[in-house]
Amino acid sequence: MTAAPLLEIRNLTVEFATRRGKVQAVKAIDIEVGKGETVAIVGESGSGKSVTSYAVVRILDRAGRVAEGSIAFSGVDLVAATEAQMRDLRGREISMIFQNPRAALNPIRKVGKQIEDVLLQHVQATRGTAKEKAVEALTKVRIARPEERYDAYPFELSGGMCQRVVIALALACQPQLLIADEPTTGLDVTTQKAVMDLIVELTRERGMSTILITHDLGLAAAYCDRVVVMEKGKVVETALATEIFRNPQHPYTRKLMQATPRVGMSLRDLLPDAPPASSYSPHPEEARSAVSKDHPEGAGASFETRTASAPQDEGLDEMKGRALLVVENLVKEYPRPDTGSLFAKLMGKGEPAKAAFRAVDGISFSVARGETLGLVGESGCGKSTTSLMITRLIDPSGGRIVFDGTDIGAIPAKHFAASPHRRRIQMVFQDPTDSLNPRFTAERAIVDPILRMGAIKGRDALRARCEELAKLVGLPVELIDRFPHQLSGGQKARVGIARAIALEPDLVILDEPTAALDVSVQAVVLNLLEELKGRLGMSYLFVSHDLNVVRLLCDRVIVMKTGAIVEQGTAEEVLGDPKAAYTKELLTAIPHPPT
Amino acid sequence: MLRLIGQRLLTTIPSIIGVIIVTFLLTRVLPGDTAAYFAGPAASPQAIIEIRSKLGLDQPLPVQFVSYVTALVKGDLGQSLTTGQPVTKDLAARLPASAELTLAGLLLAMAVALPLGVLAAVKQGSWIDHLCRVVATAGVSLPVFFTGLLLVYVFYFILGWSPAPLGRLDVFASEPPRVTGLFLIDSLLAGEWETFRAAFSQLILPALTLGIFSLAPITRMTRASMLAVLGADFVRTARASGLSGSKVIGTYAFRNAMLPVVTTLGMVFSFLLGANVLVEKVFAWPGVGSYAVEALIASDYAPIQGFVLTMAILYVALNLMIDVLYGVIDPRVRLEG
Repeated sequence: MTAAPLLEIRNLTVEFATRRGKVQAVKAIDIEVGKGETVAIVGESGSGKSVTSYAVVRILDRAGRVAEGSIAFSGVDLVAATEAQMRDLRGREISMIFQNPRAALNPIRKVGKQIEDVLLQHVQATRGTAKEKAVEALTKVRIARPEERYDAYPFELSGGMCQRVVIALALACQPQLLIADEPTTGLDVTTQKAVMDLIVELTRERGMSTILITHDLGLAAAYCDRVVVMEKGKVVETALATEIFRNPQHPYTRKLMQATPRVGMSLRDLLPDAPPASSYSPHPEEARSAVSKDHPEGAGASFETRTASAPQDEGLDEMKGRALLVVENLVKEYPRPDTGSLFAKLMGKGEPAKAAFRAVDGISFSVARGETLGLVGESGCGKSTTSLMITRLIDPSGGRIVFDGTDIGAIPAKHFAASPHRRRIQMVFQDPTDSLNPRFTAERAIVDPILRMGAIKGRDALRARCEELAKLVGLPVELIDRFPHQLSGGQKARVGIARAIALEPDLVILDEPTAALDVSVQAVVLNLLEELKGRLGMSYLFVSHDLNVVRLLCDRVIVMKTGAIVEQGTAEEVLGDPKAAYTKELLTAIPHPPT
Repeated sequence: MLRLIGQRLLTTIPSIIGVIIVTFLLTRVLPGDTAAYFAGPAASPQAIIEIRSKLGLDQPLPVQFVSYVTALVKGDLGQSLTTGQPVTKDLAARLPASAELTLAGLLLAMAVALPLGVLAAVKQGSWIDHLCRVVATAGVSLPVFFTGLLLVYVFYFILGWSPAPLGRLDVFASEPPRVTGLFLIDSLLAGEWETFRAAFSQLILPALTLGIFSLAPITRMTRASMLAVLGADFVRTARASGLSGSKVIGTYAFRNAMLPVVTTLGMVFSFLLGANVLVEKVFAWPGVGSYAVEALIASDYAPIQGFVLTMAILYVALNLMIDVLYGVIDPRVRLEG
């Protein structure tokens, strides 16, 4: 570290005025960033890591203010600086890049124009040279065909491409400090690698300092010189990246590290030492009937119809081994936007249709009873389309979806809600917040499927069932009268899971159920899912782009790319010894912290 | 773009057909007997029957409908029994009056509401924000006939600043040569400054009345939509890259906030165009709204049908314009079309 740091944060406290009085989001922290240094600020949501960076560039929202402390940037006191001074510094000396690059760009302005705005503002270009300089900035972030992209709108670009534009915007005026606030959250692993490599390369080249704000300790350790760990507004540990994995000092750092899925660990290893209290039932079917016995009037009845539909003479083991879901040659096509003339369309004879876009291109796989199958791939590979077809929310264009002996693919999606199979396939969605009705209490959300399809009638019985489900997913019973905004992310995830298992389904489709959660919460939710699967004898189709999580949870894995399966096999085979080049590429893109 | 316009036009054909059928049926269901009304109170039953058959009202409904549609295709909206003129001619004379009044009112409202809404959102919780709330509430809670009469009382009766509220021009001025039918524009085109001044001074009070009434929805929508956009990620990016306040609010926030505002403007305009009967009455303004109401009272079918149909077509045209405007503002819409 150089003698005079570029950025020096001393005793910084940031307060937010809320309805319940003042809340300190950042409490008396000290952070230094040297010239040319890359520092990571790591922490979970609510740790104050983003607030710290907003305080540095002074873009806190109106409720927040710096209550105490100082921020010095190459000699300038940023807390005392006037708004005009700050405006000159922002973008020219200190730049930021943000999470969710698509939303970070003005949706109705050409990306080239947005770069020009910054250049013109800081007098780095004149009206005459602005376009040339903007194209140059795009070239520097390695956007192919930059002259064309200059005229593109954000919605015409991919997420990774948008992030490159945001980087171009941030680096256009050659700032000294770059603050990257979760720059790769929500991007695919290979895109994440490309974006991170680009940031590190560009900032090294120019001798810039970087602050990387992230929740991913692995990413931080892989790309930064030093790591600052924050918890609840306080800095708990500052260490060299090379040291932190080897020798974490603070218990919180250890907890974070432990909760981060890595090679060579089991699901249990993610949790802090004590094993979960609830017992693990060795016989799923037994556990299921035990659960059902508590509810002879409702769930019990469903259990009986279920056993009745299964051949009586088959043993439990055989039933378990037989495939629950068989997908054969599944295809989903979307028509390409046609260019036929209106008249031709009116007359019902357009030009011969162009070959339709195949989102899912003839895939086949099966899910055995009690098995967890991982469906892995990057955005646009067709994994979500596949899960939507299996839950029968959209109609397949071809192929068969055989669920427990019935070709449910043949039932039109709009009639499937009335099918007896509907209740046996449930889904847990990606975003625990957006997938709950904000006007429903947790209880109403959980019993919703029972009200629509279940046999339990009457307030008291429903309440009892809901409490039982809440206990099953580890949601404190006193919370079930709350609304989603009154629950934490982990609690909302539990509500989503309770809702999915309310009808005791056979197959649950988990669509990135932990992608929006902090690692420590993710660890708990993953263990909960594993435990529930054993108890209730369910099968999982686990859709994810996080290979480390897939490795922990899944028995078998399917890797998809552009609608087709490139590799499948057991989790150890596919992720331990990948055969397909694409799988290898995915695996090497995961950030590897120095060890 | 042309293709988009063509497609939108095609989708409106069924609704226009629906409007034709419904207005035809509705006018027949309405109470009141046209023949009796026109024969006068002293007419004998014999005379009423004669008038009825002369008007074709003794025919079965389907036959009446077919002859109505046949005439419609030829561009004939029928004859008004009250004015004795063809409906097309009446509407052509009165529609520009309504349009001029409504446009002027809307422009006035926009000139106040847009800046007020933007300022209220930018300085949320300040005195401007409170002013915005008061103005909006007052605007909707005062009925137009009340504001209209109040304005006439103050500016004509007490202060004597404005001319008598008697139509589009005072008695001494003559109409400018007709080009658009909007007196302000026509007089400018003809270079008749005196007429322009006369038309303007007649227009100002009724336009103000309408403007005050339509302030509320526009202000509120502008404020809400600006607030939403100001909280968006890209505004944060713009701030973090040091763009000036006017650039952030003008180029980044306001253009994005315009989309819902444009929709509201269209709705307010089409609502005002037909519904400002009370203002037309107060200021003796020869617009379409009062024309339709008079026809309705007289059970005069043809003007009512003509009025509703014209409004429907105007509404379609207006929505089309808004769609096109949307495409101009938001590149994403162009793609979907």
